[in-house]
Amino acid sequence: MKLLVVEDDRETAAYLVKGLSEKGYTVDRSGDGREGLYLASSGSYDAIILDRMLPGMDGLALLGALRAAEIGTPSLILSALGSVDDRVKGLRAGGDDYLVKPFAFSELVARIEALLRRGGAAVATTKLRVADLELDLLTRSVKRGETVIDLLPREFQLLEYLMRNAGHVVTRTMLLEHVWDYHFDPQTNVIDVHVSRLRQKIDRGFERPLLHTVRGAGYSLRASD
Amino acid sequence: MPRLLSQIHRLVRTHAFRLATLYFAVFAVSVLGVLVFIYWMSADFVERQTQATLDAEIAGLAEQYDQRGLSGLLQIVAARSAGDRGDGMLYLVTNPDGHPLAGNIAGWPEGKPVAPGPLSFRVSVKIKDHTEIHPAQGALLVIPQGYRLLVARDISDAALFRERVKAALLWAGLLALCAGIGGGAVMGRSLLRRVEEVNRTAERVMGGNLSERVPLRGTSDEFDQLATNLNNMLDQIERLMAGIREVSDNIAHDLRTPLSRLRARLELSLLGAPDAAAQSEAVRAAIDEADRLLTTFNALLNIAEAESGTRRNAAEPLDLAQTARAAAELYEPVAEEQGCALKLDVEPGIMIRGDRHLLSQAVANLLDNALKYGGGEVTLSAHQHDGRAALEVSDSGPGIPEGEREAVLDRFVRLEPSRSTPGNGLGLSLVRAVARLHNGTIQLGDNHPGLTVRLEFAAL
Repeated sequence: MKLLVVEDDRETAAYLVKGLSEKGYTVDRSGDGREGLYLASSGSYDAIILDRMLPGMDGLALLGALRAAEIGTPSLILSALGSVDDRVKGLRAGGDDYLVKPFAFSELVARIEALLRRGGAAVATTKLRVADLELDLLTRSVKRGETVIDLLPREFQLLEYLMRNAGHVVTRTMLLEHVWDYHFDPQTNVIDVHVSRLRQKIDRGFERPLLHTVRGAGYSLRASD
Repeated sequence: MPRLLSQIHRLVRTHAFRLATLYFAVFAVSVLGVLVFIYWMSADFVERQTQATLDAEIAGLAEQYDQRGLSGLLQIVAARSAGDRGDGMLYLVTNPDGHPLAGNIAGWPEGKPVAPGPLSFRVSVKIKDHTEIHPAQGALLVIPQGYRLLVARDISDAALFRERVKAALLWAGLLALCAGIGGGAVMGRSLLRRVEEVNRTAERVMGGNLSERVPLRGTSDEFDQLATNLNNMLDQIERLMAGIREVSDNIAHDLRTPLSRLRARLELSLLGAPDAAAQSEAVRAAIDEADRLLTTFNALLNIAEAESGTRRNAAEPLDLAQTARAAAELYEPVAEEQGCALKLDVEPGIMIRGDRHLLSQAVANLLDNALKYGGGEVTLSAHQHDGRAALEVSDSGPGIPEGEREAVLDRFVRLEPSRSTPGNGLGLSLVRAVARLHNGTIQLGDNHPGLTVRLEFAAL
């Protein structure tokens, strides 16, 4: 997997390159908007991580130019501008995700993984399956093995998101944004309580737990430990 | 003297002066027009009337001549000339040489040609004990055999009337001119004075005194309206400035403490023998501390953003009931875990204009507070009444003493018993800022026991 990091701050860029390389990605880096656009135009990257304020060319302009050239490489905007208006602007300009600086590295990795999956398998499915857990999007029913599990609508959405990202870490912020459409940090860890409720329903009484807590990062739904 | 000159120069350059000049020019031209018209109408009228009288008189005498011959004419002329009839009519009949035969004019006016048509000449008139030379206007009829009949009228009265009218009009014109100049000057000056008041206030505000306001006259004219608007603008600016100052004070005060704690923790981990486990523990603790700092920082920015009212999408229609239910749904498991009953009393379809994200966060903060500090039974209700949408969160906890209710809305204020629980004292500040951004109100009340927080907005 090849990533392009367009970031002018040396320290942040070095931190990104080091961290992402350790996660097994091949990372190219550019500190300038124009050069970044040139590199991105090759279309040879799997995802682009983009700062908003760049020398040479603004990050949003870069994205606009890229999308105008019909290059749809999934992009994540990194920015110190964090208001809802700024997010909306970034996403409208063609960004696929928006992460406000400073950020936890685990959050960034989780989001990049989600982006990479979105770029790949866009096949319409009606059933999601992880081990013996099955979620039917049409009948909106959930089964584990032969046991039918009753979920509240929000729990169903939560499980759907976790299953679509099965095997990967999803952070609390990602859940808040995608399942609840909230863009703020609740002071209490409300997400933890929701997840533990869901866990009660899908894991309780079964030998193998599927919903795991990843320390310092978030949650992951997967078959093995 | 130079001061006066510069004042005049300044006056001449003002818009008010130009307006007054224009007003005056239009005024002068119209007054002049009216005066000329009056003069022309009255003078011409008198002249034409005289001419008509003369024509009628000549026609009448010619008829008499036709019927009664020259002697008859002489008789009538003599009769009409006798005595002063007061109408100023003058008659003269002469033989072909110009020698007078009858009439009240002494002789044929000197140097005047013997030709039919209007005739202007001067005549000496006997008034009581002296004679005066008066202007006269006449018409001539030449009778066969060369006899001449001159009928005229003393037009000294008409001339006098004309002079009077001329003088009156001149005076009236001068008076109107003065009134115009005076009116223009007064108008210009009063406009200028009002504008000057605004300018002086603006200069003082620019000089740093934000509490200056434009004085009002209480006339509610357009200048008062302008002044009111400017004053409202200044109020808003002052509020924003105060907000910025407060935020920077808060940041200085309340972020410095955790920052120094963070620094101390990292420094401590470098002291003593290197111990990998202890160091990574210290780093983890430092990251947690940094995260808490960021949360506080974000909350402050959020509040500042809401308070400065820069969020323009605070105007999209949204259902407050739905926002309330969504927030309740988010917190319901937390309430259950804490053994609190979260009750929902929400009327469906309460439409207001607002920012969904900020309102959600405000409701979430209220629920968070109620569960954290209140507990017992927490009720979230939303109702619509008389064009107002009200959202209320109440708990049955210890409540807040009446004297401290206003204070908890300020940033970083945390009451004594709650200082030990995690939190940054910014939750209610954000709620208040969000309420204000939506032109709403926030009220803290007693729930007997517990606290009730009530938000009110204008319903759609």
